[in-house]
Amino acid sequence: MTAPASRPAAARRPAGGYIGAPIPRREDARLLTGRGTFVDDLEMPGVAHAAMVRSPHAHARVRRIDTEAARALPGVLAIVTAEDIADIQKPWPARMPSPVPGTSVRHGVRHTLPVAKVRHAGEVVAVVVAESRALAEDARDLVEVEYEVLPVVATAAAALAPGASLVYEELGDNIAAHIIQRVGHPERAFASADHTLRETFRVMRGGSHSMEGRAVVARYDEALDSFTVWDATQAPHAIRAMLAYLFDLPEHRVRVIAPPDVGGGLGPKTSFYPEEALVCWLARRLRRPVKWIEDRLEHFMSAAQEREQVHTVEIAFTRDGALLALRDVFTHDVGMYGALIAPVITACTVPGPYRVPNIHSEFRAAYTNLPPTAAVRGAGRPQGVLVMERMMDRMAETLGLDPAEARFRNLIPADAFPYPVGMVFRDGAPLTYDSGDYPELLRRALEIADYPRARREQAELRAQGRHRGIGVAICVEGVGLGPFEGAILRLDSRGRVVVTSGAPPQGQGYQTAFAQIAADMVGVRFEDVDVVTGDTGAIPYGIGSFASRVTANAGPAIALAGGELRQKILAVAAHLLEAAAADLEIADGAVHVRGLPDRGVPLAQVARLGNGGVAFGMIMPGGLQVGLEASAYFAPSQAGYSASAHVCILDVDPDTGEVAIVRYVVGHDCGNVINPLIVEGQILGGVAHGLSNALYEEAFYDSEGQNLASSFLDYPLPSAREMPRIEMFHLTTPSPINPLGVKGAGEAGTLPVPAAVAGAVEDALRPFGVRVNRMPLNPARISDLMHRA
Amino acid sequence: MTETRAISLIVNGRPRGATVEMRTTLVDFLREQLRLTGTHVGCEQGACGACTVLVDGEPVRGCLLLAVQADGARVETVEGLAPDLEHLTPLQAEFVRHHGVQCGFCTGGILMSLTASLRDNPRPTEAEIRDTLAGHLCRCTGYQGMVDAVLALVAAGEPAR
Repeated sequence: MTAPASRPAAARRPAGGYIGAPIPRREDARLLTGRGTFVDDLEMPGVAHAAMVRSPHAHARVRRIDTEAARALPGVLAIVTAEDIADIQKPWPARMPSPVPGTSVRHGVRHTLPVAKVRHAGEVVAVVVAESRALAEDARDLVEVEYEVLPVVATAAAALAPGASLVYEELGDNIAAHIIQRVGHPERAFASADHTLRETFRVMRGGSHSMEGRAVVARYDEALDSFTVWDATQAPHAIRAMLAYLFDLPEHRVRVIAPPDVGGGLGPKTSFYPEEALVCWLARRLRRPVKWIEDRLEHFMSAAQEREQVHTVEIAFTRDGALLALRDVFTHDVGMYGALIAPVITACTVPGPYRVPNIHSEFRAAYTNLPPTAAVRGAGRPQGVLVMERMMDRMAETLGLDPAEARFRNLIPADAFPYPVGMVFRDGAPLTYDSGDYPELLRRALEIADYPRARREQAELRAQGRHRGIGVAICVEGVGLGPFEGAILRLDSRGRVVVTSGAPPQGQGYQTAFAQIAADMVGVRFEDVDVVTGDTGAIPYGIGSFASRVTANAGPAIALAGGELRQKILAVAAHLLEAAAADLEIADGAVHVRGLPDRGVPLAQVARLGNGGVAFGMIMPGGLQVGLEASAYFAPSQAGYSASAHVCILDVDPDTGEVAIVRYVVGHDCGNVINPLIVEGQILGGVAHGLSNALYEEAFYDSEGQNLASSFLDYPLPSAREMPRIEMFHLTTPSPINPLGVKGAGEAGTLPVPAAVAGAVEDALRPFGVRVNRMPLNPARISDLMHRA
Repeated sequence: MTETRAISLIVNGRPRGATVEMRTTLVDFLREQLRLTGTHVGCEQGACGACTVLVDGEPVRGCLLLAVQADGARVETVEGLAPDLEHLTPLQAEFVRHHGVQCGFCTGGILMSLTASLRDNPRPTEAEIRDTLAGHLCRCTGYQGMVDAVLALVAAGEPAR
């Protein structure tokens, strides 16, 4: 029934090496044929299924939980509440401290199951395990929970108001952090400037909506008193640390495996969640594997979200359009729990690619009775870009300048790197841009968009009563965050190089990209490299896949270990070939004396000697070191800084509020590129996420903290029909902070999209005086803007 | 609630018989009882399209059809497209060339919709390809690689399978 077709092209070593070549992904064939390895696909004999009992209230005391009726249902194995799991009901450890000296984060203490009260609608209060998921859900619906409803704070503003209901009583208020960063003398600059502008912008909450939700299966081995946990996580080592802490086990007895296939992560799968502890506890109690697969409603209710911020921003500038000062004061909604990743990044993203000599940046992050927050693709950056780029548009309008020209007048020049902004970034290092060429990036984006012609066409269309707008946005993105990632490389008995690294992929193609780096560094063929990721049993330490960080952390680690492994291989081969290591080369699965292809030894033979000696009991010959293995951890001194320039040309129908994108140009600089095919895919996906944020996705919570848009029917994501064709180019300014010269690309596409779309819509509707200060720009909001204009 | 019924159907060309709960959806039956795990569940309410399979040749949301409703039907899943990893269909091979898959969770359903659509209309325009894909959500790719994969297939004059 299937016509055989050509295999994906085998990767030939391109001139100059595999690094930089658009090699098709080795992951694809299994995913395209339905043979992937997602958590819910794994064969798990005897598995029992968990279903969570979740609070319908956003803030309530749990008075009583009646499980009797549920327990009576045939097929129910256990029902567990907070009292039952007392042995693991420890306070969760404090999360990220403030990276800004002199400031601090106030941590609300959370437990696996809520002690006394729930803090968001969707929080787990009990868990049911049964022979099937359907039975578990039947029983879940029979669990009766009596709540005493408490007053809810559903926005940061409500949480910060005097007398607000407290999410964590012990803190005395709802403030998670109040962080101020200052550069220069902003008050003086504002007082003496030719012009100042002040605006307020609001960005909505949103979810990641990876197509696979959270997913976890745990198995407990009684004889070894150890757990094996298959988890669709972005950070298996962090999950291991939490489980080891909660269960009071040494880390080596908790093995967390993020399978090779995870169905997207996009941020929220970096966090630890109660469900991960609960399935482990239940697996130990039942002596059976226990599985929990998040459904979409649960993803809407309980997976981490992000983005909700309200900014009041002011800029001061000269009559020539030179920025003098920036004052950005904003609130950030943390939800009931969350690290302060996003707002710290937002604050540092606002100044962007511009010289801003004086800055006052201040935010207050507030706990609310909404679901927890973490990073969602972009992680605070899209908000920062929106704020700054909207202000650049307003400055241009005030001065009668072209928006692109207003930007050119303020861009950091290409010869100014490293460029210190004067703030401290989320990684704790100074916010100092490593490399870039922002004027060239913007110039080329405008050139590809044929900007002057686009402006002429806009004028012609406007004369005909049509509403075309052009938006320009440019941004800088802190990427490649530390602390480190590691790699272990070894030559196995078949002569294949095995690369092991801690961070797991969720679609980013590590099995391909890591193999490209290793093949070049060791000097072997791409097809002779295997890649293992995301298994705490395979590499002792790792951090995870987030913050567009893996290529800039794991990449250099693979390169460093690869170079060392190569030397070890050559030393053993030198013994076998009775030649000097310096005279050897590796080619076609063997080590040869250079220029003498007949005088060689297969890598498998080198491995047998190097890893096993001559035979049991016999001495290693020639004083050879044992073990064709090398490991390296790479810890960057600071983040790298990628950059993007987007040009969006669109038409708005003022009657219906519909937006039609005519052209969308993306310029991107992430330093050196390992695999352009993969990087372009990352950018395209990021742009789609950004357009989704800009035009479609909108979370609605009422004042009681109830999610009013909790399905894809109410919370639309764009399909292929809504997505325009993206025109893309790369600029390459290699990073000086790691040996590969790479930065990061995973989130880049998302960042400037809301800003570019907002600029274009406001530009299109300029004849009506429409002001775009809030996203998303769906037809209803545009109609509303028209009505108010 | 747990009433069962015997069904027989042809799955990927092979006759299969099973006893299923009346309430079991087709996708749960395929995944759990037949262990055909290439079809995924992304939203359980017919919005995302990840669970799409062909029932008597037509794309169907596996989460919206009960297994008992497929009694007597011919069902095709993504596992039925290629015999093994070495022999991809022309459509699958173009997906590799054009980076049409990233995490791969939604991919099985997308391939089934495209396979049916290209059978009926082997020369779609880009707009028609996007219309077919509009029944599916993908959060990774922005769809462009998939669209380019189908356009390349059409340009080469190849069938999907």
